[in-house]
Amino acid sequence: MSEQKISKPSIIIDGVKKRFTLNHAFSLKDTVVGWIKRQQLTSQFEALKGIDLTIGEGQSVAILGLNGSGKSTLLKLVSGVMEPDEGQVLTRGRVAGLIEVGAGFHPELSGRENVFLNAAILGMKRHEIEARYDEIVAFSEIEEFIDQEVKHYSSGMFMRLAFSVAIHVELDVLLVDEILSVGDAPFREKCRLKFEELIARGKTLVVVSHDMEMIRELCTRGVVINKGQVIYDGGIEGAIALVDK
Amino acid sequence: MTDTRDLFADVPRSEFDTPGTSRGLTDVFRWRYLLRLLVRTGVTTRYRNSFLGWTWSYVRPGAQFLVFWVVLGIFMTLDRGIPNYAIYLFSGIVVINLFSEGFKNATTSIVGNAPLVRKVFLPRQLFAVSAVIVAFVHFLPQVGLLLLICLIMGWALHISIVSVLAIFAAMIIVMLFALGLGLFFGALNVRYRDAENIVELLLLLATWASPVLYPWTMVKDAVENYGLPQWVLEVYMLNPITQGVELFHYAFWRATSLATSSADELVAIPPGLAWNTLWTFLIALATLLIGQLVFRRLEGRFAQDL
Repeated sequence: MSEQKISKPSIIIDGVKKRFTLNHAFSLKDTVVGWIKRQQLTSQFEALKGIDLTIGEGQSVAILGLNGSGKSTLLKLVSGVMEPDEGQVLTRGRVAGLIEVGAGFHPELSGRENVFLNAAILGMKRHEIEARYDEIVAFSEIEEFIDQEVKHYSSGMFMRLAFSVAIHVELDVLLVDEILSVGDAPFREKCRLKFEELIARGKTLVVVSHDMEMIRELCTRGVVINKGQVIYDGGIEGAIALVDK
Repeated sequence: MTDTRDLFADVPRSEFDTPGTSRGLTDVFRWRYLLRLLVRTGVTTRYRNSFLGWTWSYVRPGAQFLVFWVVLGIFMTLDRGIPNYAIYLFSGIVVINLFSEGFKNATTSIVGNAPLVRKVFLPRQLFAVSAVIVAFVHFLPQVGLLLLICLIMGWALHISIVSVLAIFAAMIIVMLFALGLGLFFGALNVRYRDAENIVELLLLLATWASPVLYPWTMVKDAVENYGLPQWVLEVYMLNPITQGVELFHYAFWRATSLATSSADELVAIPPGLAWNTLWTFLIALATLLIGQLVFRRLEGRFAQDL
């Protein structure tokens, strides 16, 4: 699979490194005390140690690895929330992230107002949101509560609405981070179908998850990251076998 | 794995974007719909679950005004030579309030929206810009109140196009200045929360560093009495907040007081008020550019520092 011809790349990750500086001293006092005791005040942690990856248009790729291997950092670099220290990340088309949906929800606003606010946060234009509004609400299955304040929602309702907004954003590349466990079984099935529909429409999908069942059904290519380096890139079964070991 | 040499064999480089690149304040115009929603959210949720609601927008400046008027005007008789001292005070206080609220909200806007900044990429300047606009919306009822009092006192008799222009100029200068400082301290605040405390301190000084409670001529007299160089007064007058306050004094207090007093009974118009409008506008603009520059330099690290 790794030899498959990538005709039109959608995402190019080229020699990307990301370092985090860990501060041990936060205040002036800590700094002075640490300096007197000759302690090290900061230490470097390299989350990504040179990643090269090309993801073609229409591919659905799972990024696997243990906790702390750098998967989410990689996704944040692709979405633009963080910048790489070295190398470059390039994307083509509209990139949208299903990264912990609900971050932009305001508890004091109604469901309806939140749909508009969040879709705008995810980069949608006003007419696009208006055109899709009914579809978004129908997908979330909470029509009767849509004019209530979001703080009165159950956590399930909240997540369904947030997910529904994110999945209806006009996009070419979708980044999914650990949110496939939204809602009950019927809703999850619905989400899976929605993802399959996106794949069928030739959208590029990058998934980070520990839900192997879902990944097996959705993705054809698996990339395994360990300690900031790609250790496997190929068929999804091989990747799952490597991680489960 | 990937052969990096022919990355762009099929699709030219120009079709790719680097995620996370911002175009600074021009992004704010491209995202104006979101800006509108953020402003609306900021305005409507402010007094949710409060019984008195928008009344608080009047109560707070009202109380502030009353304290100053009673203590400074009546007890300390600072109102000597200032007819309509109440209007003099209030027109200055509303300007300070606009500045304080805009500056403070913009400073905390990035940290306050931490969940979003950490997870979704969007132009972060939006938060600061919307904070200043929300401050402006809350400033409007106060101006309305001021206008009402002035109208009752005979403002309409001496209103001119120049005074209306002065009002708009003052608001623009003060808001640009607040946004510039807000971007600067808001960006620093992500890494060093000391910024919030510094801002509190600056705001405490701002009330006294401009002629809100006293006439500007007191500063002039002090400069002369203590033999200080003349540029001290000029620096004082070139403070954009001082200019905003003086423009409001000119537009509201002076025009109203001319109905009852003759011009030489009033505090003199500062020399070069018109030119200073231009200079302070440029100073505010420069502050905005510097704030914007610092903001963009630090922006790349927001997600990991929060």
